[in-house]
Amino acid sequence: MSNTKFILGVYEDEDILLSAITNIRTAGVKIHEVYSPFPVHGIDDVLGYKRSKLSIVAFLFGVLGTSLALTMQIGMMGVDWPMIIGGKDFIPYPSFVPVIFELTVLLAAYGMCFTFFIVSDLKPWAKPRIFDLRITDDKHVMAIDLDQNKIDVAKIDQILKDNGASEVNKKTFDEA
Amino acid sequence: MTTVEEKYDFSAKAKKNLLITIGIGIALTVLGIVLMSTGGHHEEAAHEGGHAFSWINRLGVDIWINNIYFTGIAIVGVFFFALQYAAQAGWSAGIKRIPLAFGSWLPIAGILMLVSFFIFGHDLFHWTHHDLYDTTSHEFDSIINAKKAYFFWPFSEHPSTPVFFIARMLFFFGLWYYLFTKLRKLAFQEDFEGGTASWYSMRKLSAVFLIIFAVTSSIAAWDWVMSIDTHWFSTMFGWYVFASWWVTTLALITFITIHLKEKGLLSIVNENHLHDIGKFVFAFSVFWTYIWFSQFLLIYYANIPEETIYFVERWNNDQYGIIFFVNLFLNFVLPFLFLMPRDAKRHTAILKVVTPIVIFGHWIDFYLMITPGTLKENGGYGLVEFGTMLIYGGAFLYVVLNSLSKAPLFAKNDPMLDESLHHHVQ
Repeated sequence: MSNTKFILGVYEDEDILLSAITNIRTAGVKIHEVYSPFPVHGIDDVLGYKRSKLSIVAFLFGVLGTSLALTMQIGMMGVDWPMIIGGKDFIPYPSFVPVIFELTVLLAAYGMCFTFFIVSDLKPWAKPRIFDLRITDDKHVMAIDLDQNKIDVAKIDQILKDNGASEVNKKTFDEA
Repeated sequence: MTTVEEKYDFSAKAKKNLLITIGIGIALTVLGIVLMSTGGHHEEAAHEGGHAFSWINRLGVDIWINNIYFTGIAIVGVFFFALQYAAQAGWSAGIKRIPLAFGSWLPIAGILMLVSFFIFGHDLFHWTHHDLYDTTSHEFDSIINAKKAYFFWPFSEHPSTPVFFIARMLFFFGLWYYLFTKLRKLAFQEDFEGGTASWYSMRKLSAVFLIIFAVTSSIAAWDWVMSIDTHWFSTMFGWYVFASWWVTTLALITFITIHLKEKGLLSIVNENHLHDIGKFVFAFSVFWTYIWFSQFLLIYYANIPEETIYFVERWNNDQYGIIFFVNLFLNFVLPFLFLMPRDAKRHTAILKVVTPIVIFGHWIDFYLMITPGTLKENGGYGLVEFGTMLIYGGAFLYVVLNSLSKAPLFAKNDPMLDESLHHHVQ
């Protein structure tokens, strides 16, 4: 049983939030995550997020789909039970293309989707951490993990308030 | 908002280079013709085929390929322009003047097409031969005879001059050129008057143009390309030709944009705009493949001789079989793999390599549509093909760049300019 302690800065306005993120990061505080009720333009730039590698995952799953479709069709039509259909070869590649296309798209889409769920903690067995119910309504919440920061709590508190946080809360999650 | 006045300077050096290109093209064509007429290689083939074959046939076919190809780029340039207004697109505000300039080729393309039809019509189109419609002749062809009204109406009983066919050609070019000049006039009117009135007029006119273009481009494809294989037909052919024209035009817009950017022009165009136009090239390369394959798969699978003949002539053929795969490789595999990563579309290095390949690749696509049906076993690829391509390409670029230099490159009063300035894609 471990406790994860968070300090939460609540923001009302996305412009104040954006400048606050920049100032807080330059002050040396590590931000765990920022939650907002709507997409904030340019927020990933100020948070210093690198470009997601999800597109590479999609490509790899696509390649997997292509190989699966080829293996399946060649195995069924050419090896396991060869049949002459419409006077074509046992392995008529042009006829395989629609299935190859469909499986490539299917696996790329599902693979990307499930990878995204797992990476962003939306997996079915994940316990959701609800920082503040108002992030689905009208407040932006900046979560700072105290384990990741060696700065004094009172100081972080002060930095958040100095940068326009309307309130500063604390939250502890008991996680098995 | 920035109020830069940008104008493309069609320098004497650029003019000279293009004229040299045309000169090299003429030299190569003449050399190719001389080699062909003195080589004597084709005379044997002519005896076997039963048709008298001379270099004139091959020159006519090559000219026809270029007629179709460059007419397509010209009209699809106007299509791109109209599409931006109909879709109320903002991102493209900085580059819209480039495709608009393509339309300047239309009157020349129309004249060239009409003249070459009168000179080479009999070599290109089997259906122009009169004895096909003569029931007493042993050449009588009941299938083509049933289609004669499409070409010869209202004189289908005495098929001599294809009145309907020529009337359509004149009508299409006339209509396209008329709509192009109207759009162009409105675009420049906006530069002087400002406001949004011109934008709304252009939007209305664009919608009209798109409807007209949807019908005319399809019929033009049947007339000028599909009727070469008169017995054969494909309901996808209009789309197929359009898809090929569309990718070529997008690739050319990208290429010219990069070229102008490197000259220090188009200051409001940045990697976000390049990314979007690059995505267009990528997506429509796939779209072309989709259309190409849809046409191919149905014919392959149904295996009906009157349909498969088209691919028998192109795929199961020693001469054209290789080009058949080169076509797919250059127009699908290469752009698909090279343009897939994000950075490839945001930086000019890869776009500068891939877009010329796509532009050339679709020339090959038109070569494959036209040559096997007209020249059969006498077709080939060599100096004449390359030469005529250089002549037409040089002339086309000369006309387009000249037209581009005549007007401001930057539509300073475009209401979409602000949106384009702040355009940002992930």
